Amino acid sequence: MENVSGLISPFFIDNWFPIPLPFKEGSNMANITRRDALAVGATAATLAAVGPVHAAGGDKIKVGLIGCGGRGGGAIGDSLRADPSIVFHAAGDVFQDRAKRVVAGQKEAFGERVDVGDRVFGGLDAFQKVIDSGANLIILATPPGFRPTHLEAAVKAGKHIFCEKPVAVDAPGIRKVLEVAKLAKEKKLSIVAGTQRRHQQGYIDTIKRIQDGAIGDITALRCSWNNQGIWFNPRQEGDSDIVYQIKNWYHFLWLCGDHITEQHVHNLDVCNWIMGTHPVRAVGIGGRAFRKQGDPNAVGNIYDHFAVEYQYANGVPMYSYCAHLPNISNDVSELAIGTKGQSQVNAYQIKGEKVHGRDPISAYVQEHKDLIQSIKDSKPYEELTTVAHSTMTAILGRMAVYSGEVLSWDDALADDHSTMPADLTLDMKHPISGTPYPTTYHVTRKPKGPKKK
Amino acid sequence: MTRHALLPIFALLPVLVLVATAADPKPTAKVSVTPLPPDPIVPVKVDRPAKDFTQTLEGAVLVPSDEDSSKMVEVPLKATLEMVYVPGGEFLMGSPDGESGRADNEGPQHKVTVRPFWMAKYETTWDQVDIWWKNAGLPNRIEVEPKNSGVKVKPDAITRPTNPFVDETYGHNRGGKPAISFSHHSAMMFCHWLRLNTKLPYRLPTEAEWEYACRAGSTGPYGFDEKAGKLDDYAWSLKNSPTKTKRDGTTHEVGTKKPNKFGLYDMHGNVAEWTLDQYDPKWYAKCAADKLALCPVNLPTEKKWSHVARGGSWTDDAPLLRSAARTVSDVDWMSEDPQFPRSIWWLTERDYVGFRVCLPTDEYPALVGLKPKMLKKGQ
Repeated sequence: MENVSGLISPFFIDNWFPIPLPFKEGSNMANITRRDALAVGATAATLAAVGPVHAAGGDKIKVGLIGCGGRGGGAIGDSLRADPSIVFHAAGDVFQDRAKRVVAGQKEAFGERVDVGDRVFGGLDAFQKVIDSGANLIILATPPGFRPTHLEAAVKAGKHIFCEKPVAVDAPGIRKVLEVAKLAKEKKLSIVAGTQRRHQQGYIDTIKRIQDGAIGDITALRCSWNNQGIWFNPRQEGDSDIVYQIKNWYHFLWLCGDHITEQHVHNLDVCNWIMGTHPVRAVGIGGRAFRKQGDPNAVGNIYDHFAVEYQYANGVPMYSYCAHLPNISNDVSELAIGTKGQSQVNAYQIKGEKVHGRDPISAYVQEHKDLIQSIKDSKPYEELTTVAHSTMTAILGRMAVYSGEVLSWDDALADDHSTMPADLTLDMKHPISGTPYPTTYHVTRKPKGPKKK
Repeated sequence: MTRHALLPIFALLPVLVLVATAADPKPTAKVSVTPLPPDPIVPVKVDRPAKDFTQTLEGAVLVPSDEDSSKMVEVPLKATLEMVYVPGGEFLMGSPDGESGRADNEGPQHKVTVRPFWMAKYETTWDQVDIWWKNAGLPNRIEVEPKNSGVKVKPDAITRPTNPFVDETYGHNRGGKPAISFSHHSAMMFCHWLRLNTKLPYRLPTEAEWEYACRAGSTGPYGFDEKAGKLDDYAWSLKNSPTKTKRDGTTHEVGTKKPNKFGLYDMHGNVAEWTLDQYDPKWYAKCAADKLALCPVNLPTEKKWSHVARGGSWTDDAPLLRSAARTVSDVDWMSEDPQFPRSIWWLTERDYVGFRVCLPTDEYPALVGLKPKMLKKGQ
């Protein structure tokens, strides 16, 4: 077997993937683009009205925001910018003052379109109050650990959803989200899931060209999200374990999923988009070298670097790097290598030529435009399954690194290790175990039955 | 690797424990807050010979120790800032009606006098700016103003930018390349940090000073004699900036084209340069009507938008590279920032905006005590 990529991986073990190569020409593509998936403009008028919420044209779409941190505040602003029919209707956050602050900030920018009244909720159950507040569209922007629970509640209540990536932090969460996605389809709900590159015209055009064969058959992919570290908030007197952990959610596995999941999911999603599917195996290395050292209860328990080698079912390898390291060269990118050349996807370049200029509109706004249009046109748009697969791709890589194993997609997805504390309350004790490493971390597997003869 | 004592004293102070003054209606809490550097004290008149000089910039960056990678040690950073003496004088600011490629906001033309000043020979490079924004001795705003702590610092407290989400060089490389992506506030804060460390009143040039320095006596569209030279000899533009690996164009090392008559490089092209002024479309008319002749400046406020960038860039064609052309910033310059409030430090996808600094010989009364005014708020 040859290494089809022509690349020597720093930790490549010859033939560690027992998958026959090469793959067939053109077999690795799924040509799904935003334009195909969405009915836009006049064409939508011919479709039967199926949306459960939005009625006649001219109606306002009431948005409930769950999670009022920096991204939640950004997302509601993007939604308000995306379409004049959007009204900011309700806000919820574990910390009610955060919700109040976002409402006040948006009021300054959008005036009467912020019509929240007393629908500003705090506490761990704030999400349910926002969902029950009469909103038609729910934005989910809490730390990702809460996402599966919130997605389930919003879909059960029949709400359209904009949710942030990632959509879960562990395999049980992903399994729940995949079920929720099925239910959303049955209920004809629209869900956009925060991987804004999928709504970015430059990416759409570049990937369309790759899928049309502009660089031949894909032989390898490389993606990365390397940059400096992130914020850390000091513990205040009186903070319970859970409050402290939520205030520093990025640093705790159960809330964040580690940075490969929280951040690098964007780049992994682009690779999956190009390939039209998710990888089937992963192996990798990583560690925690430069984050704050000390008691995990104080400093958290996530890594600061991962290097993962994935493989897709057709044998194509994908080399993935992500790091939060001091003074590392910032690198947020995706590279596709084909039999006829390369594409620096993030730069919209194919064989060194730029195929698309600066996007005329921010993708952070475009993703809301696409969602709102699909609601108005009563043409459900469901992105959740795809992004759940990309999130699982990240979780697979993380589990492979934590465990040191060559790990299959199926084994990772079947893992039973739920990171969410049972019976969560804000004042509960929640001790944090140390950063997981091979020998301390094991993928849970159901015992295999005897082989059939 | 050893520790170096090149840091300002404040960097070596132990972390203080302050009792937060409550701005939120929350109980006060003890929070450890990184100490801030003192306010800079600079003279109004600079006592230096009327000639070019070189300023040395020093600082240190934190890196993991060779002996124990869990410990961070300081490694010195050093760069030079070359300053060119620009004699004072009078000129006609703005462009005449007939100038090719002219925009309406370049007029009416009005007479302006500027006092002598020093202008940076080159656009600010990453080598220079890294000493500020990667400086081990400087806290960022989050460190001096922890979330939920109730602690509030003044907008002119000397801090450094928080880490950007993405590659702030946008693939154009560092070193002697012009620094890009910095907001107007960042540029103001870099100058404020310079004031602290040099005890000299460094700042961004006003639009008037910038145009005077760019024209270098020329009344035509560009700051050189068009009979003797071509724009391509003086400027990196959309037309000539592409390289083998950057076929869509890129920034170039500063000082690789010809200088103007004052000895200033890259006034046209390479990166557009922030000036001090807040943008007001009626400002030129006001200057002309009120005969505001002595270096008129529309003082920067706490408003994030808009300011004026000058000189055009590697992404522009010739008309935007003219001496009088004005590029006006707006909220779109941060449209890819997914957070609210948006950053006060980083522009997004504006990989053609940089700046250069200047130093007045005798500061204008309106600019004495100049300091950054931006708070993190809104878009």
